[in-house]
Amino acid sequence: MPDDANAFQTALALILGLDPDLIGIVALSLQVSLSAVLIAALIALPLGAAIALWRFPGRGVLIVVLNALMGLPPVVAGLAVYLLLSRAGPLGELGLLFTPGAMVIAQVILVLPIIAALTRQQVEELHGDYREQLTSLGVSRARRIPTLLWDARFGLATVMLAGFGRASAEVGAVMIVGGNIDGVTRVMTTAIVLETSKGDLPLALGLGIVLLGLVALVNAAAHLIGESARRRLG
Amino acid sequence: MNEMTPLDVTAIPPLALEGVGFAHRGQPLLHPVDLRLEGCRRTLVMGPNGAGKSLLMRLAHGLLVPTGGHVRWEGRLPRQAMVFQRPVLLRRSALANLTYVLAINGTPRRHRQPLAREALERFGLAALEARPARVLSGGEQQRLALARAWLAAPEVLFLDEPTAALDPAAIKAVEDAVLDFHRRGTRVVMTSHDLHQARRLADDVVFLCGGRLLEHTSATDFFTAPASREARAFIRGELVW
Repeated sequence: MPDDANAFQTALALILGLDPDLIGIVALSLQVSLSAVLIAALIALPLGAAIALWRFPGRGVLIVVLNALMGLPPVVAGLAVYLLLSRAGPLGELGLLFTPGAMVIAQVILVLPIIAALTRQQVEELHGDYREQLTSLGVSRARRIPTLLWDARFGLATVMLAGFGRASAEVGAVMIVGGNIDGVTRVMTTAIVLETSKGDLPLALGLGIVLLGLVALVNAAAHLIGESARRRLG
Repeated sequence: MNEMTPLDVTAIPPLALEGVGFAHRGQPLLHPVDLRLEGCRRTLVMGPNGAGKSLLMRLAHGLLVPTGGHVRWEGRLPRQAMVFQRPVLLRRSALANLTYVLAINGTPRRHRQPLAREALERFGLAALEARPARVLSGGEQQRLALARAWLAAPEVLFLDEPTAALDPAAIKAVEDAVLDFHRRGTRVVMTSHDLHQARRLADDVVFLCGGRLLEHTSATDFFTAPASREARAFIRGELVW
């Protein structure tokens, strides 16, 4: 397949030559997904810890729902945000549809359940070890949230990276609410879909390589953080 | 109050356990116990494994709610602390573990580090202040747990087998610390199954066996003339049933 081999060479040339189109798309992808993970984490970390620490009616149902939402299909999340933000929708006034802001919202919805559910798991496990000691020290339940989040910090860093992985790799949600507008809302995944269907394999392949590299980098970082934490802090 | 200023010993409220029992899934683990601890004494809770010693400590300290009877502090709730067999230390430096409890009990920020350093010094940990607490040796971890308890200036200190996993030097350090607490005016309640340790430390002894409280007498009486067959056997180092 000489065409594919050529495409691969051209893709590498695009990456190594820091092609401005490619750089712009990668930058927007990072910007959208990192913002989404950051916003989701701000909500989901304390939320997950609170669910781990408090017993209340409906807690079991909430945990099941959160776990189920971890597998929420991106297109469904995208559709929901589309309906909310479309002209006729309840938040249509904001005029966010087909902007990076809408893409961030959609990805927050995708990432939040992952971070909340995994945080709940990790904090609950840690609290099992800490409960008696913290009770003995007279630490209130609200005060335990930052304490436990901080002590679980290395595990939670991995959780956030998992969230970032999901955000940066999904295509359905950003396609629907962003619209894949060149130079405005075009990110790596939507660009790959478009360029492939147009037959512009070099750009698609170049983006694919960058995306793969990014995912590998994220996983390597997660691994290194975990390992060094175990070695240093026991 | 964090230095050696003695606490007002007579003011420590007595602790009364009235028919305190604990059952798990219908299985009684501790049969109803009546026990009164007062003054500034060192009480050793003794008995073989599975006697219910740790359970009794947790009920008295309020970590568990009894399934029968009442745990009552007469007058008011005293400041308490507990040191566990396996200390639970936070994943941060030794110093930060201490400033954490000071933050919890409302010590103003500017006083926290000096007080924490003082406590590290007292327990021979000054050189280790920046070390992550979780990588300290077992003996160092237990001393850090004692330093943490020290900062709470407890009127009543519970210790649950604090020396069970330690070497002789570390055991000595823990026992010295226990005596320090007592000198400062803290009532000490400690579990142990080590007879020598009990002889060194105890003013009085509570003896448990099979989930029942069999004796509560002065240490002298307990070691010279134990009343129950089980305690006699325990002191002779025989297996107790």
